[in-house]
Amino acid sequence: MKQIADFKLVEKRDFGRSVLLRLRCDKPLPDIAPGQFVQVRVDDSPSTYLRRPISIHDVDFDKHELSLLVQIVGEGTKHLAAVNEGETVNLVLPLGNGYTLPEKDEKVLLVGGGIGIAPLFYLAKGMAAKGVKPVFLLGGKTASDLVMLDAYGQLGATHVTTEDGSLGEKGLVTGHSVWKEGGFDKIYVCGPKRMMMAVADLAKANDTWCEVSLEHLMACGLGACLCCVEDTVEGHLCVCKEGPVFNTRRLKW
Amino acid sequence: MVDLGRGLVLRNPVMTASGTFGYGEEYTDFVDLSQLGGIIVKGTTLYPREGNPYPRMAETPSGMLNCVGLQNKGVQYFIDKIYPRIKDFDTNVLLNLSGSCLDDYVRGAEMVDALDKIPAIELNVSCPNVKQGGMAFGVTTTGISQVVSEVRKVYHKHLMVKLSPNVTNIAEIAMAAETAGADSVSLINTLMGMAIDAERRKPKLSVITGGLSGACVKPVALRMVWQVAKAVKIPVVGLGGISNATDAVEFMLAGASAIEIGTANFIEPAISTKVADGMKDYCERHGFDKVSDLKGALQITPDFK
Repeated sequence: MKQIADFKLVEKRDFGRSVLLRLRCDKPLPDIAPGQFVQVRVDDSPSTYLRRPISIHDVDFDKHELSLLVQIVGEGTKHLAAVNEGETVNLVLPLGNGYTLPEKDEKVLLVGGGIGIAPLFYLAKGMAAKGVKPVFLLGGKTASDLVMLDAYGQLGATHVTTEDGSLGEKGLVTGHSVWKEGGFDKIYVCGPKRMMMAVADLAKANDTWCEVSLEHLMACGLGACLCCVEDTVEGHLCVCKEGPVFNTRRLKW
Repeated sequence: MVDLGRGLVLRNPVMTASGTFGYGEEYTDFVDLSQLGGIIVKGTTLYPREGNPYPRMAETPSGMLNCVGLQNKGVQYFIDKIYPRIKDFDTNVLLNLSGSCLDDYVRGAEMVDALDKIPAIELNVSCPNVKQGGMAFGVTTTGISQVVSEVRKVYHKHLMVKLSPNVTNIAEIAMAAETAGADSVSLINTLMGMAIDAERRKPKLSVITGGLSGACVKPVALRMVWQVAKAVKIPVVGLGGISNATDAVEFMLAGASAIEIGTANFIEPAISTKVADGMKDYCERHGFDKVSDLKGALQITPDFK
């Protein structure tokens, strides 16, 4: 069941162009599937009228806590990153449909681009609970785009690419040597649309199951306003309600 | 209780605006629908429509533009698939009916007339986002007379006509709707607007222009409700940027018999019932026996003392 709830910011980690916000609720959290998102109300930002959809990076049900890894893009995220520890943030959650978890013994690749690495963390935790240890392939323009790599490394082997070669292999995620390893049963992707389309092409070429998480401009986050649609093989579908996670077979990519 | 006439009786004056509340189902985790006067479901046309391409929205100061373009699966789909799910909601369920030609409106209205649990149509003659999306009917007195009188012949329940603000004299349009047989008018639909991404030198919306809604349109909406309420005898339903109970009270004072909450549902999913509660509180604080007594209670004195 979806909720509107106040959360207190209990920890903020500043990575320069992104921040990690650890938020705690008085009440127990609802069930949250990896890949679902929250709508964050941004207070004290006159130019921010609508909530901001942000993916869920991590959840600790025992402590009633969830974490958001937020890239500072515009006024909304700038003000969100300026919230101080102890202050309150209002969320609507959980929204959308999450990723489909793999079967035990399946070999899975989690491909993240830039801030798109955020939901893959909680996804990998969900996989760990099913006894699946994923392989991460995380790409950025430069080393500072990729944060918390140690934490990812604890959940699975972590490969990195940067376009400027400042960390890991130089180039795009689609050119990384891990693809030569092959044999992946399922590929999970989150990142910029062009990067996801390129990974989806690779998956298709290898006839591999692939899910991507779309990020579209949205207003309600509940499937009411019909603003965030993707043109799919089933027609216009709301990313907020039918997605944000889609199997690439449903897309016209 | 608010009696809008011809069988449409609301438990309280608060309804949710078409296109902002889905079919009600999207909001049942947040809102007890039985605490609302009514919900007005997504704009529906005789034939299915895919709507406009993405991107369909742009945030603007204290508001947003949209150009959804009446995406819906058509009246028959509504009757077969959606109506059975929502017909027993403990509130009034109104259908917002749109069309691109006279015949679409008439045939759609005939089909909806047969639905027992839909006590009213909100006739959308004011969608700015579709070519021939009805707004052509809504911007002239002859156009609105024609569509309202033809629908009136086949539709026997409460006929509410949703007016476009994109006109020179909205009171004239409202009077034409009244004369043609409307039971009530609701206003305003969105104001036509535009947003540009200067960095990319491109429009932000796929079809360039869209409809503006949200808190920023409230002063315009309030003025129009006041003008229309003075010009017609049928009830006026006010909407446009209502974000809290005080806003809602202002529309009632300006002459509205009921109100609709629109874009605010996107930001605060539980806002509609909060507004209903807040209006009750206002009445208690100000000594009004019932919420309907707020209608037109604006005090205009020469010296404003």
